[in-house]
Amino acid sequence: MKYIITLVLGALIGAAIFIVGMIYSPFVADRGLSPLSVSDSEVLTLNFSIVPADAITFTNDGESRSKPFPEKVLQLWEAPIRLTSALTTVMYDARNQTAGIGVKFSSQSEQTRLLRGDALVDSVWYVYLPGRGSLFMEQSENYWSFLRDVGLPAHRSSANSWKGTWLGDMTAGPGALGTARVTGGAGLLQGITMEGLESLSAQAYSADDGPIAADGRLLIELPAANAMSEDEISVAE
Amino acid sequence: MSVAANGGNVEAFHVKVPTDRIMIGSPDRQPPLPIGMQWPEDQLLQDVRIELFKIRNARDTVVGVASRTAATEESNEIIDWVVHLPARGSIFVNMTPAPEESGIRIGELRAGSREFAPMSGSMTERWVPDTSGDEDAPQGHIELLTNFVGELDAL
Repeated sequence: MKYIITLVLGALIGAAIFIVGMIYSPFVADRGLSPLSVSDSEVLTLNFSIVPADAITFTNDGESRSKPFPEKVLQLWEAPIRLTSALTTVMYDARNQTAGIGVKFSSQSEQTRLLRGDALVDSVWYVYLPGRGSLFMEQSENYWSFLRDVGLPAHRSSANSWKGTWLGDMTAGPGALGTARVTGGAGLLQGITMEGLESLSAQAYSADDGPIAADGRLLIELPAANAMSEDEISVAE
Repeated sequence: MSVAANGGNVEAFHVKVPTDRIMIGSPDRQPPLPIGMQWPEDQLLQDVRIELFKIRNARDTVVGVASRTAATEESNEIIDWVVHLPARGSIFVNMTPAPEESGIRIGELRAGSREFAPMSGSMTERWVPDTSGDEDAPQGHIELLTNFVGELDAL
C-alpha cells in the first residue's frame, strides 16, 4: 500500500513541478517591443472589441468559452471547422470613429507546442474601409502570454475571473520580425503589400465566459510611397 | 481536385444556400440573418454587404468558412472573397465586378496563406439554382472554382 501512495504522491508532485516549470520556464521569453511601435512610417490604426457580445456576429463550435453571438447564429460544429471561429466587427480608427468593418477567421494551429510557450492560432483578417479599399492580413498569433498572465489567474481565482490591465502583441509571424503580412485588395490600397500587427488589451476576463472587457488593435504600416493624407486615412499618433 | 490542361490545380468548392449561410450583413435585410443581429447604423456602412458561409468541397463535406463582401464606392463596385480552410490556409480573391454573359464572375488571387502563399491564379463564382424540384432541396448553390499554380522551384 505504501508503494502505491508513494507512486501517486510522486506522480502528483512531478506533475505540479512540470506545470510550474512550464508556466515559469526561463526558456520562454516574453517578446520585446514590436518593430511597428518604433516605425517611422505612417501606421494605420484600427480598433475593435473582442468581446463577443460587442461584435456584429461571433461564432464557433458552440462549446468553447466564448459563446456565439447572437445566440441563434449558425455554429461551426463540423469536424474540420470545430477549432475555428469567425468574428465580424466594426473597426474604429485612432479617433474612435467608424473606419470600416472587419471579418476575422481564426483556427487553432497544429503547430502549438505549450512546452515551448507556443499557443498558436492561425488567423486572417479581411477589412473593408469605405472610401479607402480593402485589405487582407494573414498572421500566426501566439496566445501563450495571454493564457499565462490572464487565463490562468482567472482559473485560479475563487471568483473564476481576472481583473487588471494586460497589453500584449499577439502576432508572431509569418514576418521575420514577428509581423503579419498585409495585402491591399481594392481601392486606394490595391496592390500594396504591408506589414501588420495585432495587439490585445484586456481589463476583465472570466474563466467561464471568456473576455469581459477587452479590445483589440490592428496596426498596419503603410509604405512611405503609398502613405495617405490625413483626409484619406486616419493614422496613428 | 484536378489538374488543368495548361497547368495548375483546379479545385471546386460550393456553398449550399440557404443551409450554409452564417450571416447576411446588410442594412436592408429583414429579418436579419442570424436572428438578433444588429447591423451598424453608421452611414459609412450602408453600401456594404458582407455574407459569411460554410464552404464545402466536391464531396459535399464542410471544409472551411468564407466571407463575401460586396460594396459600392462612387461608381466602382468591390467584390472580395476570403476562403479560410483550417490547416491548409486562406485565400483572398478580388473579383471583377461585372459577371460574364454566362453568369460567371472571375477574380484574381491577391494573397494566400500557408499552402496558398506561393500560389497565383484565379477563382470563379457562379450561382447555380436548384432544378431538382425536391421539396427539401436548397434554393441552389454558389460554385467556386479555384485554379492555382505554384511558383517554379529553382533548379
